[in-house]
Amino acid sequence: MKKIYIYKAFERFWHWMQAALIIILIITGFEIHSSFEFFGYENAVNYHSSSAVIFIILIIFSIFWHFATGEWKQYIPTTKNLKEQIEYYLIGIFKNAQHPVEKHELSKLNPLQRLTYLGLKLLIFPVMVGSGLLYLYYRYPQQGGIHILDIGGLKVVALLHTASAFLLVAFLIAHLYLITTGQTITSNLKAMITGWEEK
Amino acid sequence: MKNYISILLFFGALLLLIILSQLPYTTKQSDDLSDLKAEYSQKHIPSVDHSKLGELQRDFKTPQDVTKACISCHTERHKEVMQSAHWNWEREAFIEGRGVTYAGKKNLLNNFCIGIGGSEVSCTRCHVGYGWKDLSFDFTVEENIDCIVCHDGTGDYYKAINAAGYPGDDVDLQNAAQNVGHPQRSNCGNCHFFGGGGNNVKHGDLEEAMFAPSRDIDVHMAVEGMDLQCVACHKAENHRLLGKMYSVSSMNRDRVTCEQCHGESPHQKNILNEHTIKVACQTCHIPIYAKVNATKTSWDWSTAGRLKDGKPYNENDDDGNITYISIKGSFTWEKKIEPEYCWFNGTADHYFIGDKVDTTKVVKMNTLNGEYADPESKIIPVKIHRAKQIYDCMNKMVIQPKLYAEEEGQGGYWKDFDWDLAAKIGMEALDVPYSGFFCFVNTEMYWPINHMVSTKEKSVSCKECHNRTESRLAGLQDFYMPGRDHSVVIDFFGIVLIVLSLAGVIIHGVIRIVAHNKRISEE
Repeated sequence: MKKIYIYKAFERFWHWMQAALIIILIITGFEIHSSFEFFGYENAVNYHSSSAVIFIILIIFSIFWHFATGEWKQYIPTTKNLKEQIEYYLIGIFKNAQHPVEKHELSKLNPLQRLTYLGLKLLIFPVMVGSGLLYLYYRYPQQGGIHILDIGGLKVVALLHTASAFLLVAFLIAHLYLITTGQTITSNLKAMITGWEEK
Repeated sequence: MKNYISILLFFGALLLLIILSQLPYTTKQSDDLSDLKAEYSQKHIPSVDHSKLGELQRDFKTPQDVTKACISCHTERHKEVMQSAHWNWEREAFIEGRGVTYAGKKNLLNNFCIGIGGSEVSCTRCHVGYGWKDLSFDFTVEENIDCIVCHDGTGDYYKAINAAGYPGDDVDLQNAAQNVGHPQRSNCGNCHFFGGGGNNVKHGDLEEAMFAPSRDIDVHMAVEGMDLQCVACHKAENHRLLGKMYSVSSMNRDRVTCEQCHGESPHQKNILNEHTIKVACQTCHIPIYAKVNATKTSWDWSTAGRLKDGKPYNENDDDGNITYISIKGSFTWEKKIEPEYCWFNGTADHYFIGDKVDTTKVVKMNTLNGEYADPESKIIPVKIHRAKQIYDCMNKMVIQPKLYAEEEGQGGYWKDFDWDLAAKIGMEALDVPYSGFFCFVNTEMYWPINHMVSTKEKSVSCKECHNRTESRLAGLQDFYMPGRDHSVVIDFFGIVLIVLSLAGVIIHGVIRIVAHNKRISEE
């Protein structure tokens, strides 16, 4: 059995921290949306706001890490093997076929992951963070006098934030399931916990 | 295994961090409050004992003699009073669309006893003067000021019923004159708690329970608490009192505000301070009003005039509130009421005598201006008093009928029960045409709720507004509010997306398991 060290310590810390924060943000966020009651409205708002601030700090650190280590290159989109990867999930996986893309340190993401995570980082997170910051701090700009922020009310901000939240939930569902599609059912999970993936 | 434990520890630590960040990190608020408490617990020590003044050691024949004695020392004070709304029952005000107006109790209509015109003898019992019995009253005669009604410290001074503001015959004027001082709650309350002709009829948040309220009724005026008098907030430099009711006032000035003591950001939590940009303090801190006794919430004049055996009669509810009285019609009363809410920017308009009404809508006797988009506007709690009152259906004007009369045959509705005659005489007195055809129209009046502030533990919780089905602010639909509002379209597609994702992974997973089992059995 061969083992390769695929996820570094910071990467794993960042991933799990982000996972926890996103789950807390989803639960509290949908409570604020009046989808259900769990923490109580006031607590939900407070936890949501604090988690958001922690999340933003985490994002800043992870951006720095990605550029400092050059790991950002992992997310450069590619069409190479994209078709094969899709075919694997639609057909090959049921026939116990080999993964079309092999993981190694310099390329740990398959072409579908690259596209999805890049979309998450460039589209969903910026919309979430941007609308979230406006939600928290725009202070009814008619009185703040910051005319560039003069959006009149929360409506657009809130609807963007909600729509992105639904996308994030859908991502989370697919992501959790895809954990089980590694070499074995648990090999992806183990790799993200220990850093080592068995081959 | 170790790794799983460390993940659990990590999650736990994160949750702890989030919860810790919510703990209050400053005691600034309580410091501010203790400063206020220290300031307002200093008792006023009068610099003069009026019972020792030579000028007041005599038998006063008329109340005007007392006023002259007051003016002989306080030589300029009467001029201040004569500038005030307490004396003039009107204010100079600029109203958008009307220009400069002179409006007040003197000439505005309401949807309780409608207006004072023709009934002065009765209504001016609450005027700070003597003898305003009809239009001939001279507002320049200084000795007709009633100083004592506001400054009496004996509690024995009172104004007689239907006596145009004169005190009762048995009032000891000398004793009253010798015991004047700062106005107490009883001085203000004897009129302001009984507006509309009975306890708590008009305001809903000002009533006899406020003479000596508990902390539950009013946190500021509580006798076991700060025990604030009315004038602690309604400060009165030179007899110009702060605060007024928008049933009769119009401009955004001389208001009493919570902020004058508590500042604009009194909360520890910033998110609450941000609410104050759009939400008035009263909205959260007065969750209910009419806490002790009921207030009148509707008045149907159209049922007035029923007689039993040719005589007027009353009907009462179980609490002793009048629900029907022949001279006035039918009432409804409520207590422990959740206020209604509206936007308000501090300016108001009124129904002016002679205005044409649009009878396809409810006629607003006063209009509080404001909307979400207006940066000056805040959400305030209001009592809305709804009524059905007499109007001229040809000229489309609300009618002020003559109500009070000393005896039958003078056209006063309360004696003769003849609407047509009362309307004719009432409108003649105002010099406004009356067509001879009257009907009844639905009217509303807006009374901002400012008193009966609850303890902070009882203030309105987040959920009471931020919920979808029974938000207190359900009536204010000109803005998006989290928890109350959502986009049906976004929520629908969002839920469809989640369902499809779940279905997708479940089906995919099941096929994998089936394929896997099949492979094993084939091998």
